[in-house]
Amino acid sequence: MADVKSHPENPNRREFLTTATSAVAGVGVAAATWPFVSSMNPGSDVLSKSTTEASLKGIRAGEVKTVDWQGKPVFVLHRQEKQIAAMEGVGDGKDPEEDSDRVKNPDWLVVVGICTHLGCVPSRKKDGWLCPCHGSVYDNSGRILSGPAPRNLDVPEYEFIGTDKIIIGKAQA
Amino acid sequence: MSKVMSWIDRRFPLTSFVKNSLTEYPTPRNLSYWWNFGSLAGVVLVIQIVTGVFLAMHYKPDSMLAFDSVEYIMRNVNYGWLIRFMHSTGATAFFAVIFIHMARTLYYGSYRAPRELMWWTGQGLLLLLMATAFMGYLLPWGQMSYWGAQVITNLFGAVPFLGDELVVWLRGDFVVGDATLTRFFALHYLTPFIIVAAVAIHLVALHTVRSSNPSGINLADKNNIPFHPYFTVKDLYGLCIFLIVYSYFVFYNPNMFIEADNYIPANPMQTPVHIVPEWYFLPFYAILRSVPDLLGGVIAMSISVMIFAAMPFLDRSKIPGGARYRPIYRAMFYLFIVDVLVLGYVGAKPPEGFLIPLGQIATFFYFAVFVFLPIISTYEEKWLRKRGLPAEVEQMMRCEELQKCERRQRKADRRKSER
Repeated sequence: MADVKSHPENPNRREFLTTATSAVAGVGVAAATWPFVSSMNPGSDVLSKSTTEASLKGIRAGEVKTVDWQGKPVFVLHRQEKQIAAMEGVGDGKDPEEDSDRVKNPDWLVVVGICTHLGCVPSRKKDGWLCPCHGSVYDNSGRILSGPAPRNLDVPEYEFIGTDKIIIGKAQA
Repeated sequence: MSKVMSWIDRRFPLTSFVKNSLTEYPTPRNLSYWWNFGSLAGVVLVIQIVTGVFLAMHYKPDSMLAFDSVEYIMRNVNYGWLIRFMHSTGATAFFAVIFIHMARTLYYGSYRAPRELMWWTGQGLLLLLMATAFMGYLLPWGQMSYWGAQVITNLFGAVPFLGDELVVWLRGDFVVGDATLTRFFALHYLTPFIIVAAVAIHLVALHTVRSSNPSGINLADKNNIPFHPYFTVKDLYGLCIFLIVYSYFVFYNPNMFIEADNYIPANPMQTPVHIVPEWYFLPFYAILRSVPDLLGGVIAMSISVMIFAAMPFLDRSKIPGGARYRPIYRAMFYLFIVDVLVLGYVGAKPPEGFLIPLGQIATFFYFAVFVFLPIISTYEEKWLRKRGLPAEVEQMMRCEELQKCERRQRKADRRKSER
């Protein structure tokens, strides 16, 4: 091969140019990667499902209605007087939380029906829920009582519209 | 770091591979920018595979859902419009780059010995690219997609005896239908990976015979320079220019290469008034239409694509550098390019009036170039030798002859010593 000049006259300048070029190329590649990463996030049709309206009519005291929100089950429990009374305080599980902080209206408990352990849907039992996968037990405030789940059932964002309708979720851009 | 490298090198030739095929790969010092298009084609292939994989995450290959799923990608998927336009523009870019790559090879006679296998693997790659593009074009399931596929699959009906059964077998239906769409999707996802494998073969061959160069002879070692940094930088510069042009079409003119009719969902009951293939098929389509017989047209079109493979046999001249030192071959090259452009124009217009005889004359000329090349190139060489070649060309030929002799001599010596 032809003789190649391997010692540039000004090595610092060459080093600077190499670094600057590589940096610009790196930023360019990262910028070009973003649309592809972003395309795997939920599309606008999925985001448009971010809120769900649910009617509370016809749910008798003591009954649970399961509502589909973003494809997830949301438990809407119409609590009886004695159930409300039993839930007062912070509960006796590993994630103590005031019942009043978990509800907007003590008659209605609204929680995401997904076990905080590994994502199964707990089944309704007397005075709470029991997850069929690994046996986590939740009370009528959705608080964890026993089992491997680390936290209480999540309370989604929701608003009452009048007295017999709620809107679950917050509209996203 | 060097410990890790030496651990690997004892088990896998990583350092020597990078050295031999990239950093210190000897490259002719006189390559012009026409030699950029091979690596550009590689970049476009990567763009097509990446955008294609991401499109496939949202696309639905079902005749009831396909059209809507493409519109869904355009409207609802984050940056879906960008990924789809990159892919559709990428198809056009791929053919543009490949056609220039082929034209360069023809102009400089790079298909000559010892690069015949490069040319033939390239020919195979062209066929794979055409098949991939054709199958991909059906996927949006618009009117042009549908009727293009209908017409092209019907071409196989020209096969004697088996034609009709073959067409039904290809489609899996009596017309282009759901079965056709699903299999085209499966194959459109498969062929790019076959292309990658074929490119690997193309590159192994390249690294054996080394790049050709504008002078047309195999350079002596002293005239080669390492690929890195000289040609990595040159290729990157060319890539930047390419990306600017590509971005213009992706961002400002993405529908230039998409027929408006393809935004109408496929309707098996009605053919668009004027149906045209994509621009990269137009010259071949014009040849198909210029022959007034179905079977004849199909044969003429197939030969028009495949005939390039015969170039190493058809070109009889021993003068290096292709068109560079051969005025008649150069004139033929330019006339051929003009002829292909005329065919492209004819293919894009409805077959009416003077366009019919024009297409037939252009078709005749297309094949005449190849048919008469052996005679013309032989006489051209005689004429040029009689007239006297430029001293530098004479020297180059002598030099190449000398290298050949030396190689032959070395071989003979080795044989002698073995005995």
